[in-house]
Amino acid sequence: MLSPSFRPALYRHEDRMTRSHSLARILGPLALCLGLLNAFAAQAEEPHITFDTPVIEPMPYAVPDFVAEGGGAGDAAHNIARVVADDLTGTGLFREIPSGAYISGIASFDAPVAYADWQAINAQVLITGAVQASGNKLVVKFRLFDVASGAPLGDGLQFAGSAKSWRRMAHKVADAAYSRITGEGGYFDSRVVFVSESGPKDARQKRLAVMDYDGANVQYLTDSKAIVLAPRFSPTGDRILYTSYASGFPRVNLMNTANLSTQVLDEQPGSMTFAPRFAPDGHTVVFSLEKDGNSDIYTLNVDSGALIQLTDAPSIETAPSFSPDGSQIVFESDRSGAQQIYIMPAAGGEPTRLSSGKGKYGTPVWSPRGDYIAFTKIGDGRFYIGVIRPDGTDERLLTASFLDEGPTWAPNGRVIMFTRESEGAAGSATLYSVDISGRNLHQVTTPGAASDPAWSPLLP
Amino acid sequence: MSIRVALPIKALLIVSALALSACRNPDRFADGTGGTNGANGAGGLGTDGVSTAGLGDPSNPKSVAYFNQSVGDRVHFIVDQWTLTDEARGTLSGQAAWLKANPEYAIIMEGHADEQGTREYNIALSAKRASSAKNYLVSQGIAASRIQTIAYGKEKPIALCSDETCYSQNRRAVTVLSLGAGT
Repeated sequence: MLSPSFRPALYRHEDRMTRSHSLARILGPLALCLGLLNAFAAQAEEPHITFDTPVIEPMPYAVPDFVAEGGGAGDAAHNIARVVADDLTGTGLFREIPSGAYISGIASFDAPVAYADWQAINAQVLITGAVQASGNKLVVKFRLFDVASGAPLGDGLQFAGSAKSWRRMAHKVADAAYSRITGEGGYFDSRVVFVSESGPKDARQKRLAVMDYDGANVQYLTDSKAIVLAPRFSPTGDRILYTSYASGFPRVNLMNTANLSTQVLDEQPGSMTFAPRFAPDGHTVVFSLEKDGNSDIYTLNVDSGALIQLTDAPSIETAPSFSPDGSQIVFESDRSGAQQIYIMPAAGGEPTRLSSGKGKYGTPVWSPRGDYIAFTKIGDGRFYIGVIRPDGTDERLLTASFLDEGPTWAPNGRVIMFTRESEGAAGSATLYSVDISGRNLHQVTTPGAASDPAWSPLLP
Repeated sequence: MSIRVALPIKALLIVSALALSACRNPDRFADGTGGTNGANGAGGLGTDGVSTAGLGDPSNPKSVAYFNQSVGDRVHFIVDQWTLTDEARGTLSGQAAWLKANPEYAIIMEGHADEQGTREYNIALSAKRASSAKNYLVSQGIAASRIQTIAYGKEKPIALCSDETCYSQNRRAVTVLSLGAGT
């Protein structure tokens, strides 16, 4: 029922929407945080905050420890509430009211909420929950309340799963809360595949690893015998494409995440393959194939093995990425003399140049929502992560550093993760996250140095 | 080879050889000529992957060490370019002469880039560099079938600082010798 948000300032005044008054009031300040709609802005308590205001006021909320219903659920009841808080506060859009400020607690999940007690500490949103444990199973229930208007925000929800998956259930609670408040899809119950790095710069060891979006539950998928680069999830998250030097040469590999079995795609002697990504159909892979020094873009049907050449130019063509509807491919080429971004039909054909600013543009990645393309820009000796609309308008740079590269989109298309590498002989790579308004830049927790993140779809 | 870093070349090459051998597919190694050491103490050769060769005595003009140090095993490139400089052509001409005199060696031509580029682009760029060097050797009479190219992008820097003194060393194509040209 809610519309896309995170709208940049220039477009803010084009949309007008009707909505319940209480929800709009909750959404007001948040909408501003996200660069949202003036329908809400007019009702916000601080109407002069705009998208360009450098300091925003995150929405205050409370998430008391969930109620442990029955024995054995006490730890989970506390831990789940903490992960929900980490998720919401981690977006930069919400501010948790510490439990020390609470006037009353939540003794029972079904007891009426004492709204006045939460209004008194200025909570705008209250999240309550309960956990039942039986054997190896957990059942998690939660409700969301608009404190000021004294009403629930949507119906309660219940999740059931194994005790091991308590973090996932917490992420699902946070996704539901985030989604109801912002009108955006959630992204907390998701994973990130990345390259775990160790060793000095001239003897770097690289392994594929996967973790929850927040850095929990790290698992390693390969050993470090061969260089591995740039993993990408399939549209359903069941397979991972990556580039491996295990054969001695860079080649696109496909891994089944259920059993970690791998196969090399299109092993033609004398050629190298790299920069793979799935098409939205999950059957087609687009990648660069190098022959005699020249890299062009190809697709391969992983079921039939059919190989199709999409570009045929003496210049470098690489880093292809499908539009979410599968109709177009965005890629980079230096055919103009320097790295720039182009869009072509999915079956190949004359490309249209997308980037037009000064400097070089590479690693374009189409948002899962289709509304933006993220990229790496190089200019004046610095690297930037930016976004641009597929029609070439509204280009914005979100980050800048010695070396930022390789953006990947959160499943909701509102947050970007990327590699940031530090300078010098002791330089190392880390993962960073930023939202598409350029706010909330922060490092993502990883067990060591890490690069080349790729976000999974939202888990089922 | 004109300008050299102070770092011991041999140590670098040994590290490089170790790193390369780690990439070798053990099954292929078993099918190759492993176990037969040539006059220069060369190791085995894979049929498709990467292989190694012993360095030998640098004072012996037929040794790999002599090739690496005296002929010069690498050429350098200017920023974001793959065309060969005059100096690079000179080095490669020397390599071609040595390779003609030592036909038992096959060549892995490694292309490399500095860190001032995105990962995928640098792989493509370093493929062009390796290919430029290979094509020059072929133009000098070396059989194309003796040369395989590998694009390493920015994955294997040898100089670690983040300025041009290091970048200029990292933008390179390195000729790595192995026994078993099959000639």
